[in-house]
Amino acid sequence: MGMIRRHPALVPLLLLLPGLVWLVSFYLAPNIQMFASSFWSGTLESGFSFSFSNWTNYTDALGKYQQQYARSIQYGFAATLICFAIAFPLAYFIAFKAGRARSALLFLVVAPFFTSYLLRTIGWRTILGDDSIILGPLKAAGLVDPAARFLDTPFAVIAGIAYNFVPFMILPIYVSLEKIDRRLLEAAQDLYATSWGAFRRVTLPLAMPGIFAGSLLTFIPAIGDFINAELLGNPNTTMVGNVIQRQFLVDRDYPTAAALSFMLMVLILAGVALYGRLLGTDELTSKAI
Amino acid sequence: MEVTPRVAEVDVRLVNVTKKFGDAIAVDAITLDVSDGEFFTLLGPSGCGKTTTLRMIGGFEQPTSGLIELKGVDVTFLPAYERDVNTVFQSYALFPHLTIYENVAFGLRRSGIKGDELKRRVGEAMELVQLIGYEKRVPAQLSGGQAQRVALARALVNEPAVLLLDEPLGALDLKLRKQMGIELKRIQREVGITFIYVTHDQEEAMTMSDRIAVMNKGRYEQLAGPETLYERPSTRFVAGFVGASNLLEGKVGSDGDDWTVTLPSGAVVRAPKSLGDIGSSGAIGVRPEKLTLLERGQQSKGNTLEGTVVDTSYLGVITQYVVEGKGGLRLLVSEQNIDRTTRSDTWRPGEQVTLTWKPEHGFVVGDAASA
Repeated sequence: MGMIRRHPALVPLLLLLPGLVWLVSFYLAPNIQMFASSFWSGTLESGFSFSFSNWTNYTDALGKYQQQYARSIQYGFAATLICFAIAFPLAYFIAFKAGRARSALLFLVVAPFFTSYLLRTIGWRTILGDDSIILGPLKAAGLVDPAARFLDTPFAVIAGIAYNFVPFMILPIYVSLEKIDRRLLEAAQDLYATSWGAFRRVTLPLAMPGIFAGSLLTFIPAIGDFINAELLGNPNTTMVGNVIQRQFLVDRDYPTAAALSFMLMVLILAGVALYGRLLGTDELTSKAI
Repeated sequence: MEVTPRVAEVDVRLVNVTKKFGDAIAVDAITLDVSDGEFFTLLGPSGCGKTTTLRMIGGFEQPTSGLIELKGVDVTFLPAYERDVNTVFQSYALFPHLTIYENVAFGLRRSGIKGDELKRRVGEAMELVQLIGYEKRVPAQLSGGQAQRVALARALVNEPAVLLLDEPLGALDLKLRKQMGIELKRIQREVGITFIYVTHDQEEAMTMSDRIAVMNKGRYEQLAGPETLYERPSTRFVAGFVGASNLLEGKVGSDGDDWTVTLPSGAVVRAPKSLGDIGSSGAIGVRPEKLTLLERGQQSKGNTLEGTVVDTSYLGVITQYVVEGKGGLRLLVSEQNIDRTTRSDTWRPGEQVTLTWKPEHGFVVGDAASA
């Protein structure tokens, strides 16, 4: 304690220490290890060897799995849009109109987390099944083709991803909407803005940090997801996450898996940087959450 | 009775305006006229309905019953954005995501003003509140006083018929508050727009207003200029809320041209009937500075009461005494410190004194308002 009193400058360092130790041991070190293994050649049985000449691991992986990358981006993008379409009105309602029901509704938003991710996704097999609660009555009423199905289609994968990540969109948007001083909306109306005008000029810009945070929290895990494609899709809906999972755990082709992971990470970082630039971030990220 | 000058042009008229929130009556059948170019103040303690009244004029609340007219047009149910009225909000409510320039330009842009005219009018408003050079900042970079000026510019730039101000100085420190008060009055004279000002600070109200409505429990108890309010408060509430008062309560009577009040001690004080109606349970009042302290036994014409000095406080301009009389009477007396440098024999606690004042220097409050 005496040392802290004599050197108050140490306090921030001490506060950073646990997080720093954690990140270095479980993020930085594994990433370096993975980066190294992406330049390996060989097999698990014969042993791996490192060489920078193995950069072809990257080009090979990209050539082989570009379709999965493209699909991941498409699915992630579609799921993020769906999440936004669901989350914004809901967050708006909870923040502005729900009154005393607010906490109860927020609890309901996070309630699905009490059930395992895997179980919930399997649950969607039942919901989207061929004679399910959705398709069953529609088919019985003759409204859709009896052969129609949701399950094992891209639609099912995207719906599953959107369902699983929508709370991550709702919460940050809710937080940024909830923080808006209601008097600002009165001020806007006082200055001749209609309700829609006040929404567009005041509410929406002030909700941008939440929208930014929410779409990142949705898009980033969505693009790397493999559970939904595995459980709700078919062999033609595999995403890059599925490939990485299979390379690492089934085929044991660590170099290819590592290269794929690295490219995915770079892709996401580049996307985030671009997105941030478009929305004018510094301020946004600092105000988000 | 109060004589309100008949005004040439009425800007805002409230007729029997009532606002209820559930069962609670916030504003109770208020009727008043505010004339063109007037600095009009709604003064009262928190919860008296002054802010609700202002919000109804602004269009943020709708009256439960009654009529609100703006320049002779019924606006009772018109939304805020269609009223030729702008508001300076209590906490300023500046848009945090917009620059000062865009904050001020907000209303003009919504009314379709752009290009050179927009630039010119924003510039003029910035000049009026002396904030030239701050256009590119954002509200978070301003001090309280500067934010207050921006809020004012943002409202005034639209040249509304009426400007509503909801305790605009409440968040500032005392010195800045006084400075901004003078500034507000200057701006109001310069632009000639009708100001309706809400405050709980009687000093603020007195320095700036042409007329003041003193509100209590959803109604106003007296509507008059600052001088009348102070010299001739007509209810106990107004006498207590605007400045300090000594109210002499007792048995009310009449003697020729005077009202009389017989105090519990048996002493009788009087006030001319021309000061107002005392009713059957009113009181005679007198402001602390109208009282003179004499040594016990000295004779004086007018009202006299006997007492003992129990407390003195030196306040710079004045010295304030608390004098206790018979029957639990406590009076506040203030004396100007004119002779202070040459005279050290001020009144001390324990000294027996006689209090005196001219009957016409008192005031008369009527029966308690039926609440």
